[in-house]
Amino acid sequence: MDRALRLIDNPVDRVARVVEGLLVVAPRPLSVEELAEATGDGPDRVETALGLLAARYREGRSGIVLERVAGGYAFRAAREAAEACARLVDRPVRRGLSQAALETLAIVAYLGPVSRPEVARIRGVAADSAVAGLVDRGLIAEAGRAGEGGAVRYRTTALFERVFGLTSLAELPRLDDLGGDAQEIRARLEAVAERRGA
Amino acid sequence: MPGVVVRDLPLDLDAFEGPFDLLLTLVLKEELELAEVEIAEIVVTFVDSRGKCCAFPAGDVGRLASLASTECVDAGREPLDLDVCGEFLVLVAALLELKARELFGGEEIGLDDLDPDEAAEELAERLAAYRRFKAAAGWLEERLAAESDRYFRVGPAPLAPALARELPRQDATLLAAALRALGAEPPEPSLRHLVLTYPPVSLFLERFRALVRRRRRFEFDEEVRGLSRIEQAVAFLALLELRKAGEILLGQPAPLAPITVWTARSV
Repeated sequence: MDRALRLIDNPVDRVARVVEGLLVVAPRPLSVEELAEATGDGPDRVETALGLLAARYREGRSGIVLERVAGGYAFRAAREAAEACARLVDRPVRRGLSQAALETLAIVAYLGPVSRPEVARIRGVAADSAVAGLVDRGLIAEAGRAGEGGAVRYRTTALFERVFGLTSLAELPRLDDLGGDAQEIRARLEAVAERRGA
Repeated sequence: MPGVVVRDLPLDLDAFEGPFDLLLTLVLKEELELAEVEIAEIVVTFVDSRGKCCAFPAGDVGRLASLASTECVDAGREPLDLDVCGEFLVLVAALLELKARELFGGEEIGLDDLDPDEAAEELAERLAAYRRFKAAAGWLEERLAAESDRYFRVGPAPLAPALARELPRQDATLLAAALRALGAEPPEPSLRHLVLTYPPVSLFLERFRALVRRRRRFEFDEEVRGLSRIEQAVAFLALLELRKAGEILLGQPAPLAPITVWTARSV
């Protein structure tokens, strides 16, 4: 009995238990810094503790999974439990997002903070309702104004990163790797112009 | 088309009611938001007004030209005035351009300011930028579908506000002492300087009356010597009072010289 107690009282184990408790209570992902401040331990020890917890709370071993998301750590349900969860609770984004909403979200995620006129300029149509819908869903939020009295600007929220399972915005694919390049489009434009001219 | 010229065309729109040229003036003065004006309504109004003299399906602007031809003459109606129609087209086209520019406000470079080559370049740039975001949107869509079986708590439970700073240990008795000092009754302020203490004039009246009765004559300065300044002043007032009543006579050889007092009664 005595021997078992001594084992449990390993300092890292103690930090791991406290961090575990903090993560259960937290309504959003907690960063290592926040955890270190709450536990009163150094970031190194907290990270070691998180390593222990990640090994214990992982897919296939536990119904609770520790994940690194939105710049911090959080518990979520194991994928195994997803179907059952779906019967009982709603996800923040229930139905899929419309094409307009997805495009607007992409622009805000890459260019944020960005204003509605800037989004409209890229998409070629007004973005008001798409922006309002994304704000309602909590995926984007106001982030100040462009200069004194300028247009309101928006950026994506931590919830966005969480819903999309991103550790941070840096995890988005590089914009340059997406879509066609200007050269190719130009060639196509010219081809169309020539056909017209003929 | 007799009478109505394009400029006088009466309009009845949601955003504006009045003649066409007033609408133009207001728009140019920027007193009317062009974005709120339905230009299609203006066209319908114009076409309707033409229709009165020359029947053709309202809204069918494409047929304007043919209506100017012999068709109408054959039907016994007045032919369409091409000048009026032309003027209208020019004005409406200008309005449309203004409106389009306004709707795409904040555009630094208009495409038509560039030569065709640059314009094609600019257009390709913009299309490429849009395509990239469209692809990014596609990526997000796939990601959302792939992550749809991740369930997590999005609690509204707010985190406890962080303590701003730790205060050093405080001594409660110091606080109590400070409070006690604040609670103590302040000392009554002194009003001594506000109260002038001097004898009434009547006292000196009695005294001087008695003096002249007894001695018939006395020196004022001698009688008031040793009194305070304010008492001397009161005594002097009594003197003036007696003089006014005619009870005494006063003598003073020179200004500021000693005053002599006599009784006025001749005995």
